Amino acid sequence: MSKKAVALISGGLDSMLAAKLIQQQGIEVVGINFFTGFCVEGHTHAIRNRTGTRPKRNNALWVAEQLGIKLHIIDVVEEYKNVVINPRHGYGANLNPCLDCKIFMIHKAHDWIAQHGFDFIITGEVNGQRPKSQLRRFMPLVAEESGALDLLVRPLCAKNLLPTRPEREGWVDREQLRDFSGRSRKPQMALAAEFGFEDYAQPAGGCCFLTDRSYSVKLQDLWDNRGRREYELDDIMLLKVGRHIRPSRDFKLIIAREEGETRYLSGYRRQFQTIKTVSHGGPLALIEGAQLDQQQLELACAITARFSQGRDAESVEMEFSDHQQATHSVHVKPLRADQINPEWVIL
Amino acid sequence: MGNPVNDIVELDARRLLCPMPVIRLQDCIKQLPADARVRITCTDPGTLHDIPTWCRLNGHRVLTTTEQQDDYIFLVHKDADGS
Ligand code: SF4
Repeated sequence: MSKKAVALISGGLDSMLAAKLIQQQGIEVVGINFFTGFCVEGHTHAIRNRTGTRPKRNNALWVAEQLGIKLHIIDVVEEYKNVVINPRHGYGANLNPCLDCKIFMIHKAHDWIAQHGFDFIITGEVNGQRPKSQLRRFMPLVAEESGALDLLVRPLCAKNLLPTRPEREGWVDREQLRDFSGRSRKPQMALAAEFGFEDYAQPAGGCCFLTDRSYSVKLQDLWDNRGRREYELDDIMLLKVGRHIRPSRDFKLIIAREEGETRYLSGYRRQFQTIKTVSHGGPLALIEGAQLDQQQLELACAITARFSQGRDAESVEMEFSDHQQATHSVHVKPLRADQINPEWVIL
Repeated sequence: MGNPVNDIVELDARRLLCPMPVIRLQDCIKQLPADARVRITCTDPGTLHDIPTWCRLNGHRVLTTTEQQDDYIFLVHKDADGS
């Protein structure tokens, strides 16, 4: 009976090549993609570029279309929290829990194949390519801790690893798999050319925002100021948008950097206190924190006004809207650039 | 309760960014019988690309796409052999 495989499709080149290597052996391949909330996919682009040219594609969907396979996108936002908050194997250079993340995703894929009558799992991992998660000694650990054991095939580097069950039992021809290793992208690019793949995504850092230093600093700031390591989907989406400025422990401003972000932040008006510039063109700012006192409110307005077109004016009129959406106007002199304490800016 | 094949199931995916609208549509379609129709309203312009792509990949059809102010509205038909 012919065998069926599920491929973890991130949207990058490696998982695309891995799936293709198996597919070309006549094996039915279906893709799955996990939505954690931290994925780099299109979000900021969607926020910032509504009026732009053509909308940005979702790379996982694009890859599936190139391969001609079905793609299931699975919402793992809730379950993934524990991976980010309590990674058993710790973090990488930033708040990226890559090893736990791999184990989690392969574990989910293993559950999926059991439920859907599939035979094995494919990933685009290459040993020694990225720090930590893909070092050779971690590969058996991922297979073991995820529970996938030898049903996990890594077609791009399979020849560097012990044969898995699909290889041993002849479901897959090991000879046609590869022995890529290390950080060079040349073998992948050559294979892509062989398959005729063009225009594929080449993410620079990693597949998610957690590898980004500035994003991780903002997430850590959120945890520190709440006094607990927790988040909701809206929290982590908002960390991708705007300038984040915390003038005191009591509140943080999220100030839109351009029109698309103002539009996006407007969707949160009911959940936050907000400030907008009335007398001049300017951004919308969300205030995260308790009700502000008068002094804090004036400071928040003066900071926001700094990023408006009235930044050099003597007085700028701002509209403040509280948690109940009651509004009143505030007149302030915008802060000068040198009055914004660099320590307030969360970068 | 209406008959889900004749009725149109309404899904509100406004303010959700891709791929959340696709996930909502996918999870909704999974529960419905063949020939059901879903109308999904989105605000992320990325859906103009992602929803038709997802439908094509998984064997369903986008019957109409309309833009209304800030909304993108897709009427999707669940085909029998789709998933
Ligand atoms: S970069 Fe992000 S998604 Fe990729 S393995 Fe690391 S934590 Fe997981």
